[in-house]
Amino acid sequence: MATTSVMGGDVRRREDPALIKGRGVYVDDLQPTGLLHVAFSRAPVGRAKIKSVDTSAASSMPGVVAVFTHDDVAELGPLVAQVPIGKLRPLLAAGEVNHVGEAIAMVVAENRYQAQDAADAIDVDYDILPAVIDLKEAKSDATKVHDELDSNVIHTWTYHGYWAALGLEDQTPQVDAAMERDDAVIVSIEMTNQRLIPVAIEPRSVMVEYNSGYERFTVHSATQVPHALAGAIATMFGMSPSDVRAIAPEVGGGFGAKLNVYNDEILAAFAAKKLGRPVKWTETRREAAGATIHGRGWIGTATLVGTKDGQFLGYKLEAIADMGAYSQNFTVAIPLLGLWVASGQYKMPVSWTVDCVVTNTMTTDAYRGAGRPEAIYYLERIIDAFAREIGMDPIEVRRKNFWQKDEFPATMGCGFSLDSGDYEAAIDKLIEVSGYEDLIRRRDEARAEGRQVGIGIGSYVEVCGFGPAVLAEIGFSWSNYGLPASFNGSGLVRVNPDASVTVVIGTGPTGQGHETTWAQIISDRLGIPWENVRVRHGDTQEHPMGIGTFGSRSISVDGAATYNAAEEIKVKAAKIAAHLLEAAPEDIVFEDGAAHVAGSPERSIEWTAIAKSAYQAHTLPEGVESGLEAHTAFSPGNATWPFGTHLALVEVDADTGDVEILEYYAVDDCGNRVNPMIVDGQIHGGITQGIGQALFEGAVYDSSGNLLTSSLLDYPLPTAADLPSFQLSHTVTPTDVNPMGVKGIGEAGTIGSAHTIVNAVVDALSPLGVKHIDMPLRPKRVWAAIQEASN
Amino acid sequence: MYPREFDYVAPASLDEALGALGDDAKVMAGGMSLIPLMKMRLFSPAVVVDIGRLPGLDTVEEQNGDFTMGALVRHATTASHPLVAQSATALATAASLTGDVQVRNRGTTCGAVAHADLVADQPAAVLALGATMIAQSSGGTREIAASEFFVDALTSALEPDEILTSLRIPKHGPGEGSAYDKLGRRGGRSDYAIAGAAAWVKMDGVSVADARVALTGVGTKVSLANAMAEALIGTDGSEAAVKEASEKSSDDVTIIEDLYGSEEYKAHLASVYATRAVRQAIENVT
Repeated sequence: MATTSVMGGDVRRREDPALIKGRGVYVDDLQPTGLLHVAFSRAPVGRAKIKSVDTSAASSMPGVVAVFTHDDVAELGPLVAQVPIGKLRPLLAAGEVNHVGEAIAMVVAENRYQAQDAADAIDVDYDILPAVIDLKEAKSDATKVHDELDSNVIHTWTYHGYWAALGLEDQTPQVDAAMERDDAVIVSIEMTNQRLIPVAIEPRSVMVEYNSGYERFTVHSATQVPHALAGAIATMFGMSPSDVRAIAPEVGGGFGAKLNVYNDEILAAFAAKKLGRPVKWTETRREAAGATIHGRGWIGTATLVGTKDGQFLGYKLEAIADMGAYSQNFTVAIPLLGLWVASGQYKMPVSWTVDCVVTNTMTTDAYRGAGRPEAIYYLERIIDAFAREIGMDPIEVRRKNFWQKDEFPATMGCGFSLDSGDYEAAIDKLIEVSGYEDLIRRRDEARAEGRQVGIGIGSYVEVCGFGPAVLAEIGFSWSNYGLPASFNGSGLVRVNPDASVTVVIGTGPTGQGHETTWAQIISDRLGIPWENVRVRHGDTQEHPMGIGTFGSRSISVDGAATYNAAEEIKVKAAKIAAHLLEAAPEDIVFEDGAAHVAGSPERSIEWTAIAKSAYQAHTLPEGVESGLEAHTAFSPGNATWPFGTHLALVEVDADTGDVEILEYYAVDDCGNRVNPMIVDGQIHGGITQGIGQALFEGAVYDSSGNLLTSSLLDYPLPTAADLPSFQLSHTVTPTDVNPMGVKGIGEAGTIGSAHTIVNAVVDALSPLGVKHIDMPLRPKRVWAAIQEASN
Repeated sequence: MYPREFDYVAPASLDEALGALGDDAKVMAGGMSLIPLMKMRLFSPAVVVDIGRLPGLDTVEEQNGDFTMGALVRHATTASHPLVAQSATALATAASLTGDVQVRNRGTTCGAVAHADLVADQPAAVLALGATMIAQSSGGTREIAASEFFVDALTSALEPDEILTSLRIPKHGPGEGSAYDKLGRRGGRSDYAIAGAAAWVKMDGVSVADARVALTGVGTKVSLANAMAEALIGTDGSEAAVKEASEKSSDDVTIIEDLYGSEEYKAHLASVYATRAVRQAIENVT
């Protein structure tokens, strides 16, 4: 019955006309009567005791309705966190500040300009303390960030030690023993995976209304997780989540930064309740840079041991990950996501230790890829160095060590099983589409002319589709937000009397195209034209429980739930159709917008007639209730594990250190694809952000904690003009974890690309003796590496 | 964006605009530099005088051996105008490498010059081209040589009561050519300059008769590299000769380090881009 032209078709995004015409409604567009505006007074210093906060001048300024400081909100406690390891963030600074941008006071005024003027007039007297910025210094505990913590190291993740119940084996002795072998080739490099600032086109924004009669909040927020936001507000105010309605309207990009619940959202709710008027706050780009979560921020030494014929014997990573000053949503748990893909596509023992340290910087948390780009970067960079050391082609060395097609599901040392994979097929495809042999010839010819041209290979495995109930047992729980602990997917599908379909989902898009993709799934299942399927999302009052869009999970968890709901509807629709056609339900077949009796296509009835009958008692078979809808939840037994291999051809101008990407090829396998065009769009965006990390981006704090990259002037983002045309290809290895065989693709491009670029640049400069350059590969660093190698 | 409160005036005539100027007023043409500073509250003028509607300032005109560009000539026009391309190639190239399409459609050449940003493209180009700035105030008109115009970071020789109403640039004569090149913050020529150079040369048969080289992104102010220019004069302008002269490219500036380059690297880039610009200028000689 599948109308495959819809499922797997490049259906154009239904969202785009409204967005392109500027008719999308975002939080900042909302202007209810009586609206008040918020601005924050923020710390300009990295670490200090607060001697005094003088709000008197601000309080008497025009338009100012209220100024709140810590004491006003102390009773609410610190911001709730999912993984409350480390120090939680005070809603407003409590006698001390621990990073530039920390909120000290909140001004509420009649307009945003007055609010900002008053915030600027708040006078704070500081006793400045030495800031802890450098990760090794932080780990040494020479200066402690928080007096009340035993150490700046607030947690340590090890490959075997995070999951006590499984009793995983510590593979460190195996790796150490391999290093003692006579034939061992050991390659080791210390590398930085730098801190990044997530940048969405739409900054974060929240608007809260409080109904004092019914004691209910309505919160509009640019969030990826409306249910979590409602739960967090309810928890902090001691209410039921049912009395908090959270709505995420159009959301203009998230990338994980909008997966956190933030103190400003809680504070806006506090002010709305206290003042009895709607309250809105929209961050400025500078606030987005300094007070919305950052990502990455690791330094570590990767070591690979193998034989000179290319057999891997073991891999060791010893790293420090920067948590920032306060723990928010998942903060400390982000490296754990990297741990699960620590061995990448390869069979070998792994020893993996990541120390999570606090510093006087903004909190880090999930940023597109979240732990996985960091982990894959270290692994794939050191594999590249190993291949160079033994003089083996980087593709061959990978081929020699990865899991074979017939070994899936493949259980890794970290306890998880890779669901499905065919790594060889992806690499073969890459060789074919890139013309690999020809690229090598071209590179070598360029080298002979004295040009610095290089080829970089980068493979990856991703873990995504977060839904398995087991995740709740190891820390990825939502119970601190007053929500169920685990990550169910959910979908409600209703066939209306006119045979239009309303799909209501518990997860919403921040640009991923749910409204299009979900319509394709339903259309494919029911045979109803996709144009007649409406997809609703993002309102906790109207929509089923769902955690949100992150970790490349929506399609494989909530999408699968919706798929199952459609299957349930077909069962009931078959009964109704059978009744109308005077046939047996088991003989009903759905095809081309109608139901007919198997073998008798002339005995057919349109969906419009079935739908109408479903709502009329007199046309229903006996024992069948009125209505035609189904609501299902879905909890997969495993995560999904997409994979792929990328290739970049680059040229370096040795005179300036400037890197040009000449060609970029990507082969990605995310299982079945509902809408290949949307999948390609996700890969484009992902690769772009990976290239951004490889070449341009980096959050920089100086030693006293000043954020030197607080505007886009000093935080260069990649634009289309800076990039080559990406050549995308796919292999398709479905998963059996969900009924659609889909894996998720939101983060894959980011996870696959940064090391691919660095591997290519190092390849280009290897004839000059360059072995590694830390990201971002800005011209100054590339040039300095060339100078250093040639001296 | 939430700037501090300011008054906005959009005068209909130049006289009216000049009358609105004062110590706390700021002239705005395209607003591409002013508005970002105001939104970050790094700069908060009491009055913004928007000259965007003044008539007659958006033209490029020939005048004897020179041409003039009015205060409202946009980067997009400068980049594509045949007269600029032929007669002041360095400036046309600089305009084409500035910002993105939106910025080039709004931002003005004179505005970028008056803003005197250390990493902008236009100041180096007008210095190398030997342009003259025409500044008007209620008291009259004043001419300022480009070499006197750039005083410090974000500081020009304009007085608070003056508007840079036009630039006058000598057209390239026989044997003359110019060029501009830079390394951008996002690699290639994209974004603000990490370092860049503009060059103008006058060739006398097979040797360099005269030259001007100016750097952007390198020093504490945008300035001429006079030592390099002097070293070029009399040479044959070959790659080797220009490279040798370029060793003096940063002699006239105090180099500043930033996120994009150390002092050593910036000095190196100064000589690389000065060389590239001069070699291209020689190639552009008609």
